Amino acid sequence: MTANEIYEKLKSQFGESILEFTDEAPSDPFIVVQSNKFFDICLFLRDDETLAFDYLVNLSSVDYGEKLAAVYHFYSLTFKHRIVLKVFVPRDNPKIPSVETIWRTADWHEREAYDMMGIIFEGHHNLIRILNPYDWEGYPLRKDYQTPEEYHGMKVPY
Amino acid sequence: MGEKRKIEIDYSQLDSERMRLNVGPQHPSTHGVLRLEVELDGEIVTDVVPHIGYLHRCFEKHAENMEYPQVVPYIDRMDYISSMNNEWPYIMGIEKLMGIKVPEKVEYLRVIVAELNRIANHQIAIATFGLDAGAFTPLLWLFRDREYILAILEKLSGGRLLYNYFRVGGMANDIYPTFKEEVLDVVKQIRKTMPEILDLLINNKIFIDRTANVGILPADVAINYGCTGPMLRGSGVNYDLRRTEPYSIYDRFDFEVQVGKGEMGTVGDCWDRNIVRYREVLESCKIIEQAVQQMPTEGDIKEAIPKKVRAPKGEIYCKAENPKGELGFYIVSDGKNNPYRIKARATSFNNLSVLPEISKGYMFADLIMILGSIDIVLGEVDR
Repeated sequence: MTANEIYEKLKSQFGESILEFTDEAPSDPFIVVQSNKFFDICLFLRDDETLAFDYLVNLSSVDYGEKLAAVYHFYSLTFKHRIVLKVFVPRDNPKIPSVETIWRTADWHEREAYDMMGIIFEGHHNLIRILNPYDWEGYPLRKDYQTPEEYHGMKVPY
Repeated sequence: MGEKRKIEIDYSQLDSERMRLNVGPQHPSTHGVLRLEVELDGEIVTDVVPHIGYLHRCFEKHAENMEYPQVVPYIDRMDYISSMNNEWPYIMGIEKLMGIKVPEKVEYLRVIVAELNRIANHQIAIATFGLDAGAFTPLLWLFRDREYILAILEKLSGGRLLYNYFRVGGMANDIYPTFKEEVLDVVKQIRKTMPEILDLLINNKIFIDRTANVGILPADVAINYGCTGPMLRGSGVNYDLRRTEPYSIYDRFDFEVQVGKGEMGTVGDCWDRNIVRYREVLESCKIIEQAVQQMPTEGDIKEAIPKKVRAPKGEIYCKAENPKGELGFYIVSDGKNNPYRIKARATSFNNLSVLPEISKGYMFADLIMILGSIDIVLGEVDR
C-alpha cells in the first residue's frame, strides 16, 4: 500500500485523531497524529491484517521550537510498506502514551527520547535515563539547553 | 546434542537466596564499556539489567553546529570496526535530498570498500566470539588476515580503522594503480583461510557444546525487539536490505542471503548466528570479485561533488545493511548549512536490548557466550 492509502485507511478508522498528511518529494511522506488516542492507533497498525506493521524501525525526538515532536518509523515485513507518524506535544507538558507493550523496541528508544529531549511517555514501566548519568540535570538535545558548569565537582565544558 | 539447556529448579525444596553480581564497565569479555547487573541463583542467571552510556559522546548535538561534510568523522567513530559502512547511509541520505546522482565508478568503489569492511567486521566477530569460549588461535589467524584488508584501506584513504573517505557525490581519493590486483589477491587469501577456521573452531565439539541450544532467539521476538542483521537472519527470517530494498547497485550482483537453519541445535541459537556471519564472509568475497570485474576504468570520482553542500528543507530516513544490522539516519534539514537534527538508528542499540529476554535460565558462562554472539560495539550503542 502507498502512504496515501494507509492515510485514508487510518482516517476512516480514527476520524479526527489523524490530523494531516504531507507528501513532498524528496522528503519521506508523514502523517501527523494527535496524542490522545495514540495507543489505539498503534494497536490497530500492528494488528490489522492489511497493514501488519510488526517492526518499529526508529523512534526519534525533534525540537521544533514551540513544540516537541516524536517521530515513529514503521515497516511491515509481510507487505514491505513503510509509514512515518509524527506526534506533536507542547513544550511545557510533553506527554505521549507509551507503546512499549506493543513493540518492545520502544522500551529503550523511549528512555532515550526522555533522556535527551524530556518527553514523558505515560505507561512506561521504567522511564529513567539511559545514556546520560542517572543524576544528570537538563535535557541535552533541546535547543535551549545550557551546559552545566560542573558535575560532582568536575568541570563540564571544555 | 539436542537437549535444551534451560534449567528449572523447584525452589520450595531449596534454602537459597539470590545474589547480585556486577560485571563492571571494565571487563575483558564485555566487548567495551558495558555494565551488566546480573542476578544469580547459584550459577543460573535469573535477571540481567544492562547499563549503558559510558561511551556517550552525543555527536547528535555536536552535528547541529557543523556543516554536513564535517559530521562524517563523527559518524566514523560510531561503529569503529567497520567505518566505511557507517558513512554510507548518511551520505546516501544527503544525496537523495539534494538530488545528486553519483557516477558508476563511485558506486562500484563504494560497494568494494563496504564489502571489504564487512569481511573485516565478521572476522573480528568470529575471532572474539571464539576468544570468549577460550580459543586463542582463531583470533591470531583472523587478525592476521584482517591486516591485509586494513593495508589496502590505508593506501586508499590514509587511515586503518577510521577513514573519513566518503564525500557527498563521490569519494575523497581515487584508486591507486595496483588496487584491483591487490583486492583480488586478498580475496584469494581469505578464501584459503576461512575453511581452516571452520575446521578449527566452528565444527569443534567443545565450541558446539558451548554454543548450540544456547541463547535461542525466536523469530517473532527478534522482530518485536527490532533486531536486524545476522541476529535476525540467524533466527530464520530472510531479511537483508541488499535484497529486499536494493540501494546503490546491489541489484547487479549475484549473491545469496544466508539464513540460520538450526544445523547443530535449534534455529536461532548462538551457533546459528555465528555460522551466518561465517558464510556472509564468503558471499562478500563473491560480490567483491564481481564488482572488481565490472568496475569501469574511466571516470573521475570527484566530478559530482557539489561546491557547497546545502540540503533543501525536508527530512529523510536513509538506511543501509551494515555488517551488524540495519543502520539508519533520520536527517531533518531546514535549508541551512548545518543539519537541524540527525538521529542515528544504531544497530547494536536494538540488538543489545534483547539480552535480558534471551539469557534467563542459562548459566553464567552461557551469558558471556550470548553477549559475544550479539556482536555489539559500544561506540554504536552509546553514540
